[in-house]
Amino acid sequence: MNPAPVRPAGLAGRLSLTAGRVALVAIPLAILALFFVLPVSGMVARGLWVEGRFDVVGVQEVLARPRVHRVLWFTLWSSGAATACSIALGIPVAYVCYRLAFPGRRVLRAVVLVPFVLPSVVVGVAFRQLLAGPLAFLGVDASAAVIVAALTFFNIAVVVRTVGSAWESLDRRPGEAAAALGASPSQVLRTVTLPALRPAILASASVVFLFCATAFGVVLMLGGLRYATVETEIYLLTTNLLDLRAAAALSLLQLLIVTALLLGVRRLDLTPTATQERAPAPPGRVSRNDLPALSVAVVAAALVMAPVLTLVVGSLRSSGEWSLVNYRTLTGGAEVGGISVVNALVTSLRVAVDATWLSLGLGLAVAVAVSRPSRTRRERTTRSLLDGLFALPLGVSAVTVGFGFLITLDQPPLDLRDHPLLVPVAQALVALPLVVRTLAPVLAGIDVRRRQAAASLGANPWQASWVVEWPVLRRPLAAAAGFAFAVSLGEFGATSFLARDERPTLPVVIFRLLGQPGELNYGTAMAAAVLLAGVTAAVVVAVEQIEGRSATRGAGLR
Amino acid sequence: MVRSTLGNARLARRVRMVLGLTLTAMLAGACSAVGEGDSSATEDVPAEVVLVTHESFVLPEELQARFEETSGLTLTVRAAGDAGTLTNKLVLTQGNPTGDVAFGIDNTFATRALGADVFAPFVGDLPAGAADYRLTAPDGRPETRLVPIDQANVCINVDTTWFARNKLAPPTTLTDLTDPAYRDLLVLPGAATSSTGLAFLLTTIAAYGEGWEDYWVALMANGARLTAGWSDAYYVDFTQGGEQGKRPIVLSYDSSPAFTIDEDANSSRTAALLETCFQQVEYAGVLTGAANPEGANKLVSFLLSEEVQAALPESMYVFPVRTDVPLPEDWSRFAIQPTDPHWVDPAQITELRDEWLQRWNEVTTR
Amino acid sequence: MSALALDDVTVSYDGVRAVAEVSLALPRGEVLAVLGPSGCGKSTLLRAIAGLELLESGRVLFDGADLARVPTYRRGFAMMFQDGQLFSHLSVAANVAYPLRLRATPRAQAARRVSELLDLVGLPGYDRRDPATLSGGERQRVALARALAGDPRLLLLDEPLSALDGPLRERLATELRAILQATGTTAMCVTHDHDEAYSLADRLAVMRAGRVIQEGPIASVWRAPVDTETALFLGYARVLADKAAMTFRERVPIDALRATGDGGPRSAATRPAPAIALRRSALSVADRGPLSGTVTSARATPEVVRLIVEIAGIGEVDAVAPLRRRGASGVVEAGPAVGAEVHLAVDTTRLAVISTSLD
Repeated sequence: MNPAPVRPAGLAGRLSLTAGRVALVAIPLAILALFFVLPVSGMVARGLWVEGRFDVVGVQEVLARPRVHRVLWFTLWSSGAATACSIALGIPVAYVCYRLAFPGRRVLRAVVLVPFVLPSVVVGVAFRQLLAGPLAFLGVDASAAVIVAALTFFNIAVVVRTVGSAWESLDRRPGEAAAALGASPSQVLRTVTLPALRPAILASASVVFLFCATAFGVVLMLGGLRYATVETEIYLLTTNLLDLRAAAALSLLQLLIVTALLLGVRRLDLTPTATQERAPAPPGRVSRNDLPALSVAVVAAALVMAPVLTLVVGSLRSSGEWSLVNYRTLTGGAEVGGISVVNALVTSLRVAVDATWLSLGLGLAVAVAVSRPSRTRRERTTRSLLDGLFALPLGVSAVTVGFGFLITLDQPPLDLRDHPLLVPVAQALVALPLVVRTLAPVLAGIDVRRRQAAASLGANPWQASWVVEWPVLRRPLAAAAGFAFAVSLGEFGATSFLARDERPTLPVVIFRLLGQPGELNYGTAMAAAVLLAGVTAAVVVAVEQIEGRSATRGAGLR
Repeated sequence: MVRSTLGNARLARRVRMVLGLTLTAMLAGACSAVGEGDSSATEDVPAEVVLVTHESFVLPEELQARFEETSGLTLTVRAAGDAGTLTNKLVLTQGNPTGDVAFGIDNTFATRALGADVFAPFVGDLPAGAADYRLTAPDGRPETRLVPIDQANVCINVDTTWFARNKLAPPTTLTDLTDPAYRDLLVLPGAATSSTGLAFLLTTIAAYGEGWEDYWVALMANGARLTAGWSDAYYVDFTQGGEQGKRPIVLSYDSSPAFTIDEDANSSRTAALLETCFQQVEYAGVLTGAANPEGANKLVSFLLSEEVQAALPESMYVFPVRTDVPLPEDWSRFAIQPTDPHWVDPAQITELRDEWLQRWNEVTTR
Repeated sequence: MSALALDDVTVSYDGVRAVAEVSLALPRGEVLAVLGPSGCGKSTLLRAIAGLELLESGRVLFDGADLARVPTYRRGFAMMFQDGQLFSHLSVAANVAYPLRLRATPRAQAARRVSELLDLVGLPGYDRRDPATLSGGERQRVALARALAGDPRLLLLDEPLSALDGPLRERLATELRAILQATGTTAMCVTHDHDEAYSLADRLAVMRAGRVIQEGPIASVWRAPVDTETALFLGYARVLADKAAMTFRERVPIDALRATGDGGPRSAATRPAPAIALRRSALSVADRGPLSGTVTSARATPEVVRLIVEIAGIGEVDAVAPLRRRGASGVVEAGPAVGAEVHLAVDTTRLAVISTSLD
């Protein structure tokens, strides 16, 4: 056997290391540049580049409008409040879903994810029906509180899944050490567990905030006229008033907010320290101490289930009676241009598979690149910049990106305006930050010395990854895949915006059914929403089931 | 593992597709550059015609097949967004459109698109009735670039059964809606978030002129409820829409009564108030810079054909512009059109939409 | 009455018994070491005492009170983990102050106590350090200070020194012992290292496969291991059984052996005839002695020459010889070489009788 070539030391070695990392992110970066940076800058330039120069006065004029101030303020506080609510409700639910052993735990996890995929139009209708029906006594309708509740409803899943998977793999020993030192369960939670979960909590909070700040359909539906966010304002300015200058100014504002948020979060250290050996505890039995968490979980489940139940009930009613007629029309009868709900579901699933693979592939590359230990400050800066860069698409209006496609990807060889790949790519970009944020902390938590040990035993980088990273990564990868799949299934904004060749996805068909007169169309839309929710839950349960089984098998072999 | 191979294969196929497409696009570009000097480049007529439209466009499959059969062209439909999205998309891609024909620009967005020079003149004949819906060009002659395809009216609808049960005469005019007798009975989508809502704002502008804001003040004072969209108003709040609906007056369409038929009583449970209507016309047009202008003209002509016009009510819930095609039975009996709907000059709409909406916002959120 | 008492404690994982029917008693102020190979269940036993594992059966009592319904944090114990388990988000001082903070100790008082404790463990001035910057030994000292901060009625130490290397471990063991004595702390320590156990503890319990094989004051356990495996685990180099043991006893005065057998094994052993366990230094080359044989292997170490000697009727035994020694002729000669015939003297304090019936 030949001795392994000695790695060049010093500068050359560092350069080759950096080169490797650059190569790793080159493809994701290229895609981000092509499908995000280029379109957004194209749109902003179209709105603000007047006669060859930047229209500073125009931007100032737009940003000085009192309405813009109101909109900005509402965006910030409603997103902040919804983020806080999602965290407050999400953490106890994460505990119940991931740290307690009880029958139906997996089902509960899937149920919590359902709102995440429901098209916002449907959720809007469901919330409105709740408020007009069972909750009419509250006397609130289309108020800010309802918007915050709806945003929370959508985003609990993000917190539950991100924090839950971190909690699941949390080393139990620091908590035990604290308990052995006399810390009560609540003290352990406050002083040990929450600080340990901080990276996951902050990561999910920042993502939730971005999701809330760019929420579109649900704010339009529930906010009506009184409440608008920067996102809905951009939509109205662009598509209704055709005021590209104001829309571009607001897009810039959005970018600014998002960048500030991401920079702010970056200052709080998000990377967990590598631990040599984690000893995660198996989920425990339910005890009396879990009562507070359980009761919050029940409240959260009620918040999640009430609108979903409204949908189910709505789907089972026809002409004032209980009936399955709405389900019978899923395969045909009530259709949109010859496309039945089942056709659309197949399209949705196909697109979702593509989007999932794209986002997993890209996300893995980015996660590996940002989680490799950095030696110098510059490397660290580059690393966190990359991390933030890939989160940007979450925070920028789909309208801006969608129109940007039209004006920037319009010349050969990049005439991609109507390419079928656009929809999966757009969805993958939305899912990417979630994937990166699920994988990166796990990768960062792996002790480098394990890789070094594998390398010293003669494993090439791929083999080293296979033996060191893959086993740790499998579970988070499954979680990320479920997430990406769900994002793709439920994505409506960008999807409805992008041109397609007669192949609408299910959320789009639901939206169209809702816009057509006739009780059957309405009922079918409800049934289709229930179907979408059911399929998503089933896919997520299946992914976790497969993963659960292979994990047990692996443990058995060890 | 099976899934991963599949996914990878699909991905690889997609990547190949992108590369292939790029190559084809470059080749096509080269071809058109070569053929530029030769105006009679007939040997390479594209075999495809692309229709760009909004989300609600529906063409029954058999009609699409018939078009392809008779014209020898492949029809590709690219539907996305609403009428506003479509208009803006066309304006942004002016000169380098993503298709050959656009359908779905309505009279509220028409002059915006015309002003941006999005459309080329249509070469072909208009059938009976269609010409009546044409716009007027600034020089006073009929506008030939936008071809009327369908029309419908946005009208106040009432639940007649509710009024009968409550022994109250239903309202008939716009002014009636501000009558305390009808307090808290109206629900309608807002003008800023819904094209239907905008149509009603235009109705009031057409009816009251500069006094429209006072009318809205009175309307809101009489307990009108605003929702974000039409489906929201109709299916959640309207008594004939959702089971929990509590308001018997809603903003909807003149065709809506055809969808609330009571088979036993042989009547509709709702009625449109024909004095409260605003006419919406949807147009099609050949796009400037279309790759296949000849095919585009054929497609527009096809949209005006008897078979497409006759299919409009059941596929898109609108009335044909042709007067010589039969309506579905329910429609001819219950979907009654106003004889003299309200109308606002499209040029004025384009010019003042922003200002009107801002003023309306202030009145309604006061 | 003993402070800690275990009564038939059994802990199972998925039906496999990790700890089986263990009964132990630990008097106040004493240190008990539980010695056993890895995987013998000693850590599980410790965690069960802390309340971190559920008992399948049996009882854990402290001061006579059953702890079954007392959760970990109300037991008033403190546990020190193998790798310290310092909280990485807290400074050294905040780590040490942690138990005090839990008890809402006034800030000034807590600060005083923290600096006392850091002095005690030999880390004065380390208050503001980040745990990540500490060496392994420093980390364990901080962990000890933190464990002592709450004045636990029982200190549980899980392999407290095994993450450290040789000399440091020895030094720390001595210091730990001194600190435990100075503070009068009742402690239980599990370890797989007999040296560590010997330097820390008053009492010793040997565990194997979930069971306590032998328990008693450390010296007596040491002198009379209950069976061959225990003897080997306690650091005895070789155990002579059956005929070899009989021959050995015939040649070495029996009284000397008897004398060391007091306070012997408590639990039942299976061996039918007494066996003899020998430490490596139990036999040494002398001018004369009760045993003699042929050197089959000699290996020089810095201090002594380690020999293996073949003795007729006994077999191979270990022995030591000085590096140089003054021979009978008065000349300094090197240690014996392979093939040399040597006499061996016996140090009876360095051997033990393993027997079921000492009477």
